Amino acid sequence: MAIRLVLGALALAALAGCSIALSENLETYYFLVLIQCGIAAILAVSLNLINGITGQFSIGHAGFYAVGAYVGASWTVLWRPVLVRYASFLEVGTPAGDTVNLLIALALGCAAAAVTGFVVGTPSLRLRGDYLAILTLGFGEVIRVILLNIDAVGGARGLTGIPTLVAGGGLAAFWVFVVLIAVAGLTRNLMTTTRGLTWLAVREDEVAADAMGVSTTHVKVTAFVIGSTFAGAAGVLYAHFFTGISPDIFGMDVSIMITTMVVLAGTGSVTGAIIAGFALTALPEAFRFLKDYRMLIFSVTLILTMLTRPQGILGHGELGWGSFSRLLRRLGRHTAA
Amino acid sequence: MSALLTLDRVTRSFGGLAAVAGVSMHVDEGELVGLIGPNGAGKTTVFNLLTGVYAPSEGGIWFNGRTLNGLRPHQVARRGVARTFQNIRLFKTLTVLQNVMVAAHVRSRTGLLSAVMRAPSQCREDADVERQCVELLDRLDLRAYAHERSDSLAYGLQRRLEIARALATGPRLLLLDEPGAGMNPNEKVGLMALIERIRTDFSLTVLLIEHDMKLVMGICERIYVLDYGQIICEGDPATISSDPKVIAAYLGTGAD
Repeated sequence: MAIRLVLGALALAALAGCSIALSENLETYYFLVLIQCGIAAILAVSLNLINGITGQFSIGHAGFYAVGAYVGASWTVLWRPVLVRYASFLEVGTPAGDTVNLLIALALGCAAAAVTGFVVGTPSLRLRGDYLAILTLGFGEVIRVILLNIDAVGGARGLTGIPTLVAGGGLAAFWVFVVLIAVAGLTRNLMTTTRGLTWLAVREDEVAADAMGVSTTHVKVTAFVIGSTFAGAAGVLYAHFFTGISPDIFGMDVSIMITTMVVLAGTGSVTGAIIAGFALTALPEAFRFLKDYRMLIFSVTLILTMLTRPQGILGHGELGWGSFSRLLRRLGRHTAA
Repeated sequence: MSALLTLDRVTRSFGGLAAVAGVSMHVDEGELVGLIGPNGAGKTTVFNLLTGVYAPSEGGIWFNGRTLNGLRPHQVARRGVARTFQNIRLFKTLTVLQNVMVAAHVRSRTGLLSAVMRAPSQCREDADVERQCVELLDRLDLRAYAHERSDSLAYGLQRRLEIARALATGPRLLLLDEPGAGMNPNEKVGLMALIERIRTDFSLTVLLIEHDMKLVMGICERIYVLDYGQIICEGDPATISSDPKVIAAYLGTGAD
């Protein structure tokens, strides 16, 4: 146990070091893309829990992303300044103060997204398939329109001047990847237990799962709440790195993009979701030299992928040391022959 | 002998149509009872009422001294009533072993938190569940396929896996919805032997829906005949097969 803690601490320190080194040596543009890739991967993994693993086709994920971002940012910009008079440790600008505030923002953002997920999920999950998809899409828009009309968070102008809380960007990669690893790790853990199997069973056949004693409603709502919580974390990180948020960042196109990532990943695959998160964020950037044609090429890439691998890049499988060593063996056999 | 399952004047109407009308029946502990009837007689509706898929419009269902009225399917399963489906409903992309493990999860005591943290208690419990499930597959001669995808199995094996999965919930009453559907005569003989065997091995009570008269007459101790949503006859196989009402329901009345 002690060894594990030491190893964990060392890994965190190494990650922080890498993050600072990256932010100093990488061109700002590439660093921004890297952060966006990480955030997209968190979103893809979180939606994968709902769409891929539990099989509930939800396409309003940007709504929970937005709730996380707005509540987290509200803490830092609106509520913290009031409380700082009574608790001086809430002052930002020092590494300790920044960390405390970011953790509080994460906690509040996640909690708010979880509550929203519960409120939206409980009635919606009585529906299936297309009906659920339309309803979640609607709820995503409702959240955006509500934010658009709350003057306290800037309405259409959005909330700006959010302190970065990530050492001016230096620790941004650190936080994004810590959250990504945590989110992916927790999901992976769940999927290796019998409880995880019951979630897959709900995706495969709800009637049969129910008849085998699985409370399908409970599973679906839990998946929805956890997925929303993770999306909330992504929102908090976005707000505190890019320092400004507005309702139009969290529109329907973002929801559709996250859904595309999950479908492309191979529904149910955690590593696939991470790869798709990175690929679908980096590809449009890589195609930027094509100017007006880049979204065309991007769409064609997507269509070709779905035509050649309709089950997604990884299907239901996972990328790990196992598949890696299998690949090596196969290569070895080819060269030997 | 005490009745494990009692249906007291159960009615289920869909709109104006009573699919099941005033059905009373009972299944005693340890019995193997058959429920037969022509197509559309309401047999599967009776099963869906028993398992909580539908709630009865009228009447009461009692299992083990407690009412099942108003329970959801998963709650009924947790009370000890397991079922198979007429049209196979396996968890297709999961392996044979995983299919059975899902059903065994019903007895789990660990929470969500211990699952996402992979707590030692969770790992121990999962290891236990896996061991029990492998053992169960072994008893049903499915162990060789444990790690194959369930939809890759031959049809007869898929039917057997459905039974294995139902057994994994640890039921007292097993409901089999046309277990012999689509099987050839040889497979049906094997199925009859299997039903007899699991019944003794797991000290089960079995209620069986079946079309195949030979299968039903061969293994059931008591038979209910359902027609147009009503029980028209009850008794042992000999009584049933000579009852004029049953013959009329199955073959139609003679023109005289």
